[in-house]
Amino acid sequence: MSEIKNYTMNFGPQHPAAHGVLRLILELDGEVVEHADPHVGLLHRGTEKLAESKPFNQSIGYMDRLDYVSMMCNEHAYVRAIEQLLGIEAPIRAQYIRTMFDEITRVRNHLMWIGTHGLDLGAMALFLYAFREREHCMDMYEAVSGARMHATYYRPGGVYRDLPDHMPQYAESKWTKGKNLAYANEWRNGSLLDFIEAFADDFPNKIGEYRTLLQDNRIWKQRTVGIGVVSPEEAKAWGFTGPMLRGSGVAWDLRKKQTYAAYDKVDFDIPVGVNGDCYDRYLVRMEEMVQSTRIIKQCVQWLKNNPGPVMVDEYKVAPPDREMMKEDMESMIHHFKLFTEGYTVPAGEVYAAVEAPKGEFGVFMISDDSNKPFRMKIRAPGFAHLSAMNDMVKGHMLADVVAVIGTMDIVFGEIDR
Amino acid sequence: MSNFKYKLSKEMSEKFADINIELSETVHGVACTVPLESWLEVSKTLRDDDAFQFEQCLDVCGVDYLTYGEAEWQTDDVSSTGFSRGVKSNGPGRFSWSERREESIPNRFAVVAQLLSLKYNRRLTIKCFAPDEGMLMVPSLVEIWPGVNWFEREAFDLYGIIFKGHPDLRRILTDYGFIGHPFRKDFPLIGNVEVIYDEDKGRVVYQPVSIEPRVLVPKTIRRDSRYVESMNEQENS
Repeated sequence: MSEIKNYTMNFGPQHPAAHGVLRLILELDGEVVEHADPHVGLLHRGTEKLAESKPFNQSIGYMDRLDYVSMMCNEHAYVRAIEQLLGIEAPIRAQYIRTMFDEITRVRNHLMWIGTHGLDLGAMALFLYAFREREHCMDMYEAVSGARMHATYYRPGGVYRDLPDHMPQYAESKWTKGKNLAYANEWRNGSLLDFIEAFADDFPNKIGEYRTLLQDNRIWKQRTVGIGVVSPEEAKAWGFTGPMLRGSGVAWDLRKKQTYAAYDKVDFDIPVGVNGDCYDRYLVRMEEMVQSTRIIKQCVQWLKNNPGPVMVDEYKVAPPDREMMKEDMESMIHHFKLFTEGYTVPAGEVYAAVEAPKGEFGVFMISDDSNKPFRMKIRAPGFAHLSAMNDMVKGHMLADVVAVIGTMDIVFGEIDR
Repeated sequence: MSNFKYKLSKEMSEKFADINIELSETVHGVACTVPLESWLEVSKTLRDDDAFQFEQCLDVCGVDYLTYGEAEWQTDDVSSTGFSRGVKSNGPGRFSWSERREESIPNRFAVVAQLLSLKYNRRLTIKCFAPDEGMLMVPSLVEIWPGVNWFEREAFDLYGIIFKGHPDLRRILTDYGFIGHPFRKDFPLIGNVEVIYDEDKGRVVYQPVSIEPRVLVPKTIRRDSRYVESMNEQENS
C-alpha cells in the first residue's frame, strides 16, 4: 500500500461547528492542518447592491440581517453614516438609548458566542444557561421595537420611539401558572427600564456562574490556552479589530478612542489580553460583559431622570407624529414625501464606524444628492478575522480549527453580506 | 477633531508635494485621491513614515461611478400631469441582463481604502482610479497590509478590478462559476440566472431569471436649499 502524505478534507458548509455556512478546505498531514482555505459567500445576498436601489430609510432593516446576533450595532453604524452626511445629531436621550441598547446587544452577542463556543469545545451546559439570559435581552428588544431580533429601531436622527412605560407580562397559561407565573413576571411589574435594571443587577452573578463552569476548567483550558496565538503586530497587519485585537494586548476601543453616542459620559474599562490566545480572548469577552452591565446601569439611571425627545425635530428627515399628520397639512405633506420619496442626502463620502461586539463595524457611503445611497460598503469585522484563518490554524490540530472558529466569533450574515 | 484633519492634510501635502494628490476633509477624517502610478509608493509611506504610521488598513472596496448623479425624476420643472416627471432611465433595478448598456465613462472605477493609525488615532481614506483603457488593473496592497487580501478579492469579484501582485485573486462572494461582476452599475439588480431543482434531471440547474425588473421608488436628486445654504456659509466663513 502506498503511503498517503497530505490529504484534503472538506469541512462544512453543513457542520454544527461551522457557525452557519462556512466551508473550509483543509489540507491535513495526519491530524495537523497544513493549509486552510475558507470558502465564503454561501450567504451572499448583495445587501449593498440592494441598499443602492432603495431610499435610505428602507435599508435599516437590512442592517439587522447582517450580523444577526448584534443587530442594533449594525443599525447604529448605518444611521451614523447618514447622520454625518446630513449634518444632524440625535437628541441626547436618543444617544443614551443607543448606548444602552448597543451594550445590551453586546451582552446578547457575547452570550451567543460563549454558548456556541463552549458547545463546540464540549461544554454543553453553558449553552443552555447562556441562552436563558439571552432570552431577557430578546424581551428588551421586543418591548422597545416589537421584534425579538430584527428591530429596525435606530433611525437617522434618533430612535423610532421612546422606551415603553410598561414591560409586557406573561399571561397565565397551561404551562405558566401559579408560582411559575409569579417568577416569570418578577421583573416585569414596572417599566422597561426597571426590567433592564433588574437584569443588570442580576447578570454579574450569572457571569460568575459561567466562570465557575469554565475559567479553571481543565478541559476548557486544554482546548483554549496557547491555541490560535496572535501577536499584536500580526493582529494589526491582518486588520483585526475588537476583542480579537484587544486579546493580543492592543488597547484599542472606538468607544474610548473615537467616542460616539453617549460613551464619553459613562464610566467603563477596556479589558485587554496578554498572550493573544483563545483563552485570553475568552477572558476579554467575559470581562466586556461585566463592563457592559456597568454601562447599562448608568444609562438606566440617566434615562430614568431625564425625559425628553428621542428624535430630531426636523421633518425633512424624521416624520411628524401621527396626530399632527391628521390635522396639519404641512405635516401630512412631510409624512407623504418621507414615506414615498424619502429624504435626499447631500453629496459626499463618509466612513462611519462603531465598536460592534465583534470589532469595528464600518459603513462607507457615497451619496450623490439623491434619495438613495450611490454606493454603500459595509466593513464587517468578521470578514477580516476569517481572512486570517489560514495563518491562525496552520500547524494546529484539526480539533483546534473548531476552537479558532469559535474564538473569531464569526457570523456569516456579516461576512457574506 | 478638525485640528487633526488640518494637521494631517498639511503633513500630507508637504510629504507628497511632488505627487499630484488631491486632499479633502471629510466628516470622519481626511480623504485623498492618489494617482494610479503612485498608489503603492504613497501607501507604503503612509504605513512606514513616522509622521503617519497607518498600521491598519481596515477596508478596501471598489466603486463604479457609472450613473453617478443621474436622476430618474424631474425636479426642476413643475408639471401639471403627475407622472410625466418620470425620466427614462437605466438606473439600478430597471433593466435585465439583455438590456444592460455597455458604455464607459472616464474615471469609472475606483478603489477606496480606509486607513487607521492606532498611534495617532487618525483616519484616512485613500482612493485611486483604475485606468480607463486596457485592463482594469490596480497594484495590490497585500504586500503592505496583508489583511487586505480578501477585501481585494471581493473588489475583484464584485467589480472586476484586477489587483496586480495579488497572490490569490479568486472570486470570493459569488457562486462557483458565476459570470459577470454583480456590483457594477450595468449589472441588473435581478441578476442573470436563477437556480431551480429540475425534477426530470434530478438535480439543481441554472436557468435565466424569470422575474421582471422593477423599481418602487425613483431615484430623485434634490439640491435642498438648506444644505446649499449651509455649504455656502461654510465656504464663506
